Amino acid sequence: MLHDSVILRVVVKLLLPPILLYALYVQAHGEYGPGGGFQAGVTVAAAMILYTLIFGVPEAQRVVPFAVVRTMVPLGVLIYGGVGIVGLMLGSHYLDYTVLAASPPDGNHIGVVLVEIGVFVTVSGTMLSIFYSFSSKIEDGEDAD
Amino acid sequence: MEVLANINQWVTIFLMVAGLYIVVARGNMVKKLIGLGVFQTSVYLLYISPGKIIGGTAPIISPDFTVYSNPLPHVLILTAIVVGVATLAVGLALVVRINEAYDSIEEDEIYAQEHDA
Amino acid sequence: MSSLHLPALLVVVPLLSAPLCALLPGRLSWFVAVVVSLATLAITWAVHDRVLAEGVISYMIGNWPSPLGIEYRIDEANAFVLLLVAGVGAVVALWGRESVAAEVGRRQERWYWTMYLLALAGLLGVTITGDAFNVFVFLEISSLASYVLIGFGRDRRALTAAYQYLIMGTIGATFFVIGVGLLYTMTGTLNMADLAARLPLVEETRPVHAAFAFLVVGISLKLALFPLHLWLPNAYAYAPSVTTAFLSATATKVAVYMFLRFFLSIFGGAELFELLALPDILLVLSLAAIFAASTVAIFQSDVKRMLAYSSVAQIGYITLGIGIGTRLALTGGIVHLFNHAVMKGALFLLLGGIAYRIGNVTLDRLAGLGRRMPVTTAGIVIAGLSLVGTPGTVGFVSKWYLAQGALERGWWWLVALIVVGSLLPVVYLGRVIEAAYFRPAPADSALHEATPQMLVTAWILVVACVWFGLDTSLTVDVASRAAEALWRGQ
Repeated sequence: MLHDSVILRVVVKLLLPPILLYALYVQAHGEYGPGGGFQAGVTVAAAMILYTLIFGVPEAQRVVPFAVVRTMVPLGVLIYGGVGIVGLMLGSHYLDYTVLAASPPDGNHIGVVLVEIGVFVTVSGTMLSIFYSFSSKIEDGEDAD
Repeated sequence: MEVLANINQWVTIFLMVAGLYIVVARGNMVKKLIGLGVFQTSVYLLYISPGKIIGGTAPIISPDFTVYSNPLPHVLILTAIVVGVATLAVGLALVVRINEAYDSIEEDEIYAQEHDA
Repeated sequence: MSSLHLPALLVVVPLLSAPLCALLPGRLSWFVAVVVSLATLAITWAVHDRVLAEGVISYMIGNWPSPLGIEYRIDEANAFVLLLVAGVGAVVALWGRESVAAEVGRRQERWYWTMYLLALAGLLGVTITGDAFNVFVFLEISSLASYVLIGFGRDRRALTAAYQYLIMGTIGATFFVIGVGLLYTMTGTLNMADLAARLPLVEETRPVHAAFAFLVVGISLKLALFPLHLWLPNAYAYAPSVTTAFLSATATKVAVYMFLRFFLSIFGGAELFELLALPDILLVLSLAAIFAASTVAIFQSDVKRMLAYSSVAQIGYITLGIGIGTRLALTGGIVHLFNHAVMKGALFLLLGGIAYRIGNVTLDRLAGLGRRMPVTTAGIVIAGLSLVGTPGTVGFVSKWYLAQGALERGWWWLVALIVVGSLLPVVYLGRVIEAAYFRPAPADSALHEATPQMLVTAWILVVACVWFGLDTSLTVDVASRAAEALWRGQ
């Protein structure tokens, strides 16, 4: 098993913080540069998958439980749509972000940042929940053998 | 070279036909989905190609440039890619369930199981 | 929020309630689905009224002006289809509580209703949007949700049926998007009204012809036009009852609407429709659908499968209305779109009630059901009579208009074929009724009626079958206005 190797465990522990930090950088950069919620979400999910590969599913589920992951998927969509609804509440059209701040460009900025957060939550949640579903299936199979 | 001038379109057509052929000709459900993926990829190229103007730049208005490429196809295709990924995910999830139910992902074997029973 | 935003809310409410449904505990999910579909119906009603009073409504998503941004554009035609989808959606959701809990299981229930709301949002989105690419996006939202809705079926064949539908549906959607892409390349716009205005300028070019062909095949796959219907019978037969009732009444109807919108409104000005002989092809395929699918239906022993084949045949009547090509026939087609949704919805819901009690709905198991479940079987008889086209039911109204359309053209043979085609359902429904009323019930069965909730909601649709058959003013008026709107183009 992978988690028997000391080298792998140490290397992964060293790698995880930069990966997560880089994901945050990509996320924060998203509204006017290459990057955004999709890429950041996948990066975070990749970090968690790496962690799971080395430390096993039970350990990973202690860090991010399945229930949390499953909540994240719909939650992100709600954040995205909610931003659109706020535009509606503030008297403009659905998904019009220009009314979120005093000046339209600032409003667009805020809107896109919020939407990217929603995307991030959904994408990372989806990737992890797919991975968890399959990995727990494999673990079950091994128990049966 | 007349033919090479439309290289993007030729590649599009090749991917389209090849993908569709895989979907029709293969009995393995995962391979069918791969074919479907190739087929959808051809659409991405179909949209992106006319959007690019040679010599055009990214559409951020600046006094230094006069020719801009059309950004809309990229946005559309980003959406189409997400749709494609979602389709693939649902398809694979179904294949996993089918494998659990039939112990096979070969169409002819599943067909045989249904019709013997 | 003023009524100005109703078009956006129409899609956004079900779309955002779907994730909400997934977050809430399972028992609440049905409740959310019902409240949302009723709210959607109310919004649709308001929008429909406004369209009738004020004419075309246009709404800009994100406040981007029309050709640049996505426009929601509602005229008489899609207001009518919206009302149909939301109405069926509400009835089916009201009906479905026990059925879904029994067939899908309590654990999966909330995911089922989540997918249901997504499918509803997708179908409404396809109908309401005025942007060709947006149609594709909503189409895929609804399709992906319906693959899952079918895959929830108890039978393992539901999985293969869903897979088959996924392959066919994705090919259809991709063909559609290729067509849209070619149109975009040639005209530089995705807005439907703009497309309609610009297409005549480029109609003689080969990419536009190719686009036309891709769109025809793509949309026909989605609407299960005769030779492209192979995904439909299995998908409907093995899906959970709620899915079958919902999809048979809405999904193919929305695809028919897409067909009308693209080939009458968008290509209408370009006259390609006539040029490429599409009406003749449609005419032949529709007749083939009516006769071939009805004949196959006669030999089915699974009643759900029988009605699924009958759906293919009934879709033939709708496309026949397009194929005949006169305004009266088109009105008939659109009325039939509504009528078929009502009667097939009623039939599948009633069958769902039987399935809730006895499991599989095969002809053998229906034996003696006329006495065990009298209210349900009476409903099946009435909706069945409507399917045949008995005067006084909705089925008669649409066939009357189709026949009149054929007469306008002087096609007596077609009138004869329509009448003969209507007799085929007598045979297959006769088998159902014979089993239910004239065969003795198995002695051991302690069978009793479906739950009151199921009966009441299913009977709403049964009553609608008769109501709209007697009072044709509502449906026919709206349908002829819709036909007018589609013909007028933009």
